[in-house]
Amino acid sequence: MLKEAIDNVLGTSATYNKRQFPASVVSCTVPRNRFADAAKIMKKAYALLAAEWAVDETPFGGGFAVYACYRFANEYLIVRTEIPIDDPTFPSLTKKFVPAYRFERQIHSLMGLVPEGHPDLRPWIKFEDWPEDSWPLRKSFASSKPLPHVNGKYKWIKAEGEGVYEIPVGPVHAGIIEPGHFRFQAVGEMIINLEERLGYVHKGIEKRFESLSWQEGAKLAGRVSGDTTVAHSIAYSLAVESVTQAVITERAHWLRALFLERERIANHLGDIGAICNDVAFAFMLYQTTRLKEMLVRTNLKLFGHRFIMDRVLPGGVTVDIDEKGKEEIKAELDILSAEFEKLATIYDESASLEDRVRDAGELSPEKARSLCAVGIVARASGLNLDCRLQNPFPPYDRFEIKVPVLISGDVHARAWVRVEEIRESIRIIRFILENIPEGEISIAIGRPASDTSGFAAVEGWRGEIIYWVQAGIKGEINRCMVRDPSSLNWLGLEQAIPGNIVPDFPLCNKSFNQSYSGHDL
Amino acid sequence: MVAGFIIELLQITLVIGLAPIFAGWVKMLKCWSQGRSSPSILQPYRNLLKLFSKDIILAENASWIFRFMPYLVFGTGAMVSAIIPILSTDLPLSLTADVIVLVALFATARFFTALAGMDIGTAFGGMGSSREMMIASIAEPAMLMAIFTVSLSCGSTSLARIVETIYSPASVIKPSLVFAFIAFVLITLAETGRVPVDNPATHLELTMVHEAMILEYSGRHLALIEWAGMMKLFLYISLGVALFAPMGIAVYATPAGISLAFIYLLLKLGFSGIVIVLIETGFAKMRLFRLTEFLGAAFLMATLGMLSFFMLE
Repeated sequence: MLKEAIDNVLGTSATYNKRQFPASVVSCTVPRNRFADAAKIMKKAYALLAAEWAVDETPFGGGFAVYACYRFANEYLIVRTEIPIDDPTFPSLTKKFVPAYRFERQIHSLMGLVPEGHPDLRPWIKFEDWPEDSWPLRKSFASSKPLPHVNGKYKWIKAEGEGVYEIPVGPVHAGIIEPGHFRFQAVGEMIINLEERLGYVHKGIEKRFESLSWQEGAKLAGRVSGDTTVAHSIAYSLAVESVTQAVITERAHWLRALFLERERIANHLGDIGAICNDVAFAFMLYQTTRLKEMLVRTNLKLFGHRFIMDRVLPGGVTVDIDEKGKEEIKAELDILSAEFEKLATIYDESASLEDRVRDAGELSPEKARSLCAVGIVARASGLNLDCRLQNPFPPYDRFEIKVPVLISGDVHARAWVRVEEIRESIRIIRFILENIPEGEISIAIGRPASDTSGFAAVEGWRGEIIYWVQAGIKGEINRCMVRDPSSLNWLGLEQAIPGNIVPDFPLCNKSFNQSYSGHDL
Repeated sequence: MVAGFIIELLQITLVIGLAPIFAGWVKMLKCWSQGRSSPSILQPYRNLLKLFSKDIILAENASWIFRFMPYLVFGTGAMVSAIIPILSTDLPLSLTADVIVLVALFATARFFTALAGMDIGTAFGGMGSSREMMIASIAEPAMLMAIFTVSLSCGSTSLARIVETIYSPASVIKPSLVFAFIAFVLITLAETGRVPVDNPATHLELTMVHEAMILEYSGRHLALIEWAGMMKLFLYISLGVALFAPMGIAVYATPAGISLAFIYLLLKLGFSGIVIVLIETGFAKMRLFRLTEFLGAAFLMATLGMLSFFMLE
């Protein structure tokens, strides 16, 4: 449908790229002056912007390229446009799609391409203490050399008026959490604006990928966001397998799904407890933490790592499960399921808890849609988005799954989506254990052909994770684009907060629980 | 008279010494109620010791108010210990300070805490102070109302007289006292910063009330403030126990009477700890603006108590 829409309007000015895998993901190149038109067409077709990124294609003899990936129902479509070196500008998509706002700031800061018509070109992720003309993602950037220190200044959004005051929070917080800065403008206790400043955990992951081999890349992908290690490894591996056109065994796919669902349950348990703890209902935190600990200990025993890190590689997985292991997981699930239902009842029946979580931090379905939210946040705000359902990667194309969707968009909705997903994941794991096919768990992976690219989208516990990899001239990694769900959902938090009172912020933030590391890369 | 002063000293030492243990007891019960093992009942002492042995980090622009506040708050706590009949009603100082002075003493400590919160000029301190004053502006009238009800009912504002009147064999359960008691329980939760009003365990920057005001304190200053906080909890519970359940209190200061009163006190405190923990475990913290309803209910109860005194008694 998206392809037809492009064809209808742009006609022959859009050329299709045959070197993009898997073939189901359409990729077309449009002239630079039609890039924004393509976005307009996508907007009309009700598509959402999934990611926007830039690539330095000078090794192929070209200049730069900007890519925008759109999603509608079960389709992904990538629009690419080429940008000459001597005029590094491209039309901004921010007016069509709000999340382009941050993607383009990122492209501007890290690749040095100027989005024309963008309302706010302050640096994003890159710090103002770096020289303005150092663009780390360009191939010409010498990453081993130290940079000179410049005293830049970040211009914060200001609010003025009687009784308006600012509360700067972070980047170092009172707790063992990642760093991020939040600046509130408030009147009394009422928040009128929240501005986020992220980038404190920028590690240069995308740049680092370019100096690694395809196998080593899996290790790095597993460390993009530690709590989502399985989902990131799977997404990277699927992208690599698609670019090399490898077909891995069924058993490997099913084992990956087993790991993925275990990761989902563990993180959702932690989140539900943390949400309750933020309203001083600590009982819940200790109980869910106990259950989570039970899960990760079984992971350690059966798969050799508490978070199943480095167990998924391009080509398959490194650990198998035997009959004894299956029985152990089944027994564990029986305990988990019984205890979790008791806790869900306590959550559901505590009036004082309900009073706090209802109507707090509301992200309306309209806002969620215009911000192109994904994952739990989207499903709590009425958007039925789940890669496992709409773009099923194997083995999710082999069985039915139920995806909970709530429309109230408040803290309760985000908590309850997690409760329902835990129930569903328990069911999925039981199904996997009963039906997992026999066979090998990994195969050897070849080297991709020159100038080919691969794409994969995986539903991690936070939401859709996208990897786009491009092979260089000799088949090495030329570019690896990582899009964690947090890149989109942080905007959702910023928009859900105004109108709430200051003491409700930690609760709202916990219900989003986005990754800093996955966003800052 | 001399015996009376000995009792006064005994009470002050008791409050200062026992308050951390009571805080440890509440913490212990709370851990058990959440299904986990607890730190030792003496843990608050270790925390205080740790803080006392640390250096003070003082902001450059801290004024005398900031440095003075910990001593003032601690001193107020000690002074209040001499007024409330904890072990005995035979307290010479209770003639000099009645129940209104008691409320005023707590208010002074609170006033200086709020000032100190704003003294450094950080956003959090000011936020905490503004919240604290909001709570105070509703909690203090309710507290006075509850106390007036009890005073009317007993015909005196002297705490020792009130307790003696309630403790006398002629005393019966009066509806006004029941209302006042309910109001007092609600106010105690608010004044001592317990769930569902404030969370004593949290350091979440944006939700704190009391913790926000004292965020900039360190070393022995912080130790004194924390100790004073424990004393405040202890004193409120003792006050409630003295007013509404004075069984076993020593009317005459004899060694045997005092010892018996001490044993009764321990039992009553132990029981109060259980009640606090049941409330804290069963309820989530309220949304900040719900507090007006919560404390409004306390005020209403106290008013009803007063009305029922005029109509029924």
